[in-house]
Amino acid sequence: MNQLMNSIGNWVDERLPVSDFWKKHISEYYAPKNFNLWYFFGSLSMLVLANQLLTGIFLTMHYKPGAETAFASVEYIMRDVEWGWLIRYMHSTGASLFFVVVYLHMFRALMYGSYQKPREIVWILGVTIYLVLMAESFMGYVLPWGQMSYWGAQVIISLFGAVPYIGEALVEWIRGDYFVADATLNRFFALHVVALPLVLVGLVVLHLAALHEVGSNNPEGVDIKAKKDSAGRPLDGIPFHPYYTIKDIFGVGVFLTLAAFIVFFAPEFGGKFLKPDNFVQANSLVTPDHIPPVWYFTPFYAILQAVPDKLMGVILMGVSVLILYIVPWLDRSPVRSLRYRSWPSKVALAIFVIAFIRLGMLGLSQDSSTFELRLWTFVYFAFFILMPIWTRLEATKPVPERVSSS
Amino acid sequence: MNRGLLTLKCLIVSLALSFAVVSSVGAAPKGNLDASGANVFDLASVQRGAALFANYCMACHSAKYMRYKRMEEDLDLTEDQIQEFLVPAGLEVSDYMISSMPYEASAEWFGKSPPDLSLTARSRGPDWIYTFLRSYYLTEDGWNNTVLANPAMPHVLWELQGIQRPVMEMVEDETGAMEVKVASLELDQPGTLSPDAYDDAIRDIVAFMQYIAEPAVLKRQRLGIWVLLFLALFTFLSYLLYHEYWKDIKK
Repeated sequence: MNQLMNSIGNWVDERLPVSDFWKKHISEYYAPKNFNLWYFFGSLSMLVLANQLLTGIFLTMHYKPGAETAFASVEYIMRDVEWGWLIRYMHSTGASLFFVVVYLHMFRALMYGSYQKPREIVWILGVTIYLVLMAESFMGYVLPWGQMSYWGAQVIISLFGAVPYIGEALVEWIRGDYFVADATLNRFFALHVVALPLVLVGLVVLHLAALHEVGSNNPEGVDIKAKKDSAGRPLDGIPFHPYYTIKDIFGVGVFLTLAAFIVFFAPEFGGKFLKPDNFVQANSLVTPDHIPPVWYFTPFYAILQAVPDKLMGVILMGVSVLILYIVPWLDRSPVRSLRYRSWPSKVALAIFVIAFIRLGMLGLSQDSSTFELRLWTFVYFAFFILMPIWTRLEATKPVPERVSSS
Repeated sequence: MNRGLLTLKCLIVSLALSFAVVSSVGAAPKGNLDASGANVFDLASVQRGAALFANYCMACHSAKYMRYKRMEEDLDLTEDQIQEFLVPAGLEVSDYMISSMPYEASAEWFGKSPPDLSLTARSRGPDWIYTFLRSYYLTEDGWNNTVLANPAMPHVLWELQGIQRPVMEMVEDETGAMEVKVASLELDQPGTLSPDAYDDAIRDIVAFMQYIAEPAVLKRQRLGIWVLLFLALFTFLSYLLYHEYWKDIKK
């Protein structure tokens, strides 16, 4: 029996490099042995992506795109489809948790300098994943066709109207109508269900391919490939499988427990994950009093509101996301990890986190003070613009050659 | 590990703080709603609410996403009970809860078609419904309401509650002009129910409306406990496995 399996395995390997792939990326991919809990969020992002794809497929089987049918079909899923409510809540909760894990994953990279040479492309691909994820979730949010879906789409799409000369034509082209309507919903469905998921999965493959080419960073920022044993294995590296596969399964357990608590006991999450207004069908004649975006967009929405001029606001909002792309070149520090930098880097990152959270809160509220909006917007940009200065001037501690055993 | 843990703790604390601030901001514009105290898990309450809803609300309002039949499995009712007490003449147990009032014509009669109530408990919230149904008052111009001014709907439950009259007061608005406002409501003529019994009846209606807004809510939480128990066990075992595998690394 064993012999038979072996010969089948060999037969396949001679035609498709299955074993090679498994070794290169899993069983003989050497990862630093000192990953801490910040390193759970990469694999958790993959888990949430898989959840979104699977639950999305089942939702698509029952959802009916179309201004007349969408809202009712979501209620049909919630009531008449077997386990439909669970699949829908897993998808809606997954959308918010996707951003939770991705934000924590990005924060980890900022903290340990994981974007620095030679991981610039890993970072660039990651930022691109984040951008596509924003588009994906925005379009997904329109599909239930509630009041917030409709008016949120109205607000966001109209931002493109700020573009000089072609603005109005551009907005009409995106909507496919003179206002957000059936045509808009159907094209967003196509993009949300087919186009963007394909792009997303492709980018994730590239993100991992780039990562496995250069190897993972670690909390110390030590280059583990510098010290290898006679067989060419990094002395401070351990095979991804079984060590990190087992460890990540534990992380998955903790994460799923938290996620299940939300899905089963607080799927609306106090109106943050599913908004009350979105339980009212879209109505182009009734404008809600307040149209805040979903929580994960609010920091950028706050930056938009901080600027009185619409075009400048839109540009600044765009730059606030795109500026992430050049972080590898803004950081001039000779060391990666925050652990070997001095107080300017630590204080700057802490203030940046406060600014980001505060902007998120301001973007959610209806009457935020303009002064505060501008203050934190200024702080947000100052973090990036001043980064080359403090990272070059501050003292750094020497990075050890090996990962410490503690 | 420890330093990472510490940073995560800081982040969680700041997140928790920001959520606390956000939710207090979010609650403010809703005005002074009374806590409904409705309990969707109290089957008897939901059943009483179903009867009240069928008798008082469904002449005009529908709950078009909800099937009568669903109550058989969720609310411990037999098909005969549903047919007898809840389903109006001309409809079947397998039908959706559609009002007999013609939707188009009703707009002419009331100025606005009575909204569908399937999801009101999720869009307005239970406290809003509870306060709204207790805040009708009668003036010379007819019925009015402190939660929703000049409602198209008259006080259909007035026989139960009785007639409330407004107690007016003068208040100064931002510009300094004086304005007459409703300070409180006072029961002028008692109804067939005592004030406490009326509140209980409204609580029953709200509980029923919470149920029809999300019929899966009952099953969801029951199942959730088992899922959490399973995941807790799974996480514990995976921790042991992780510990076992990593023994030789963590020397």
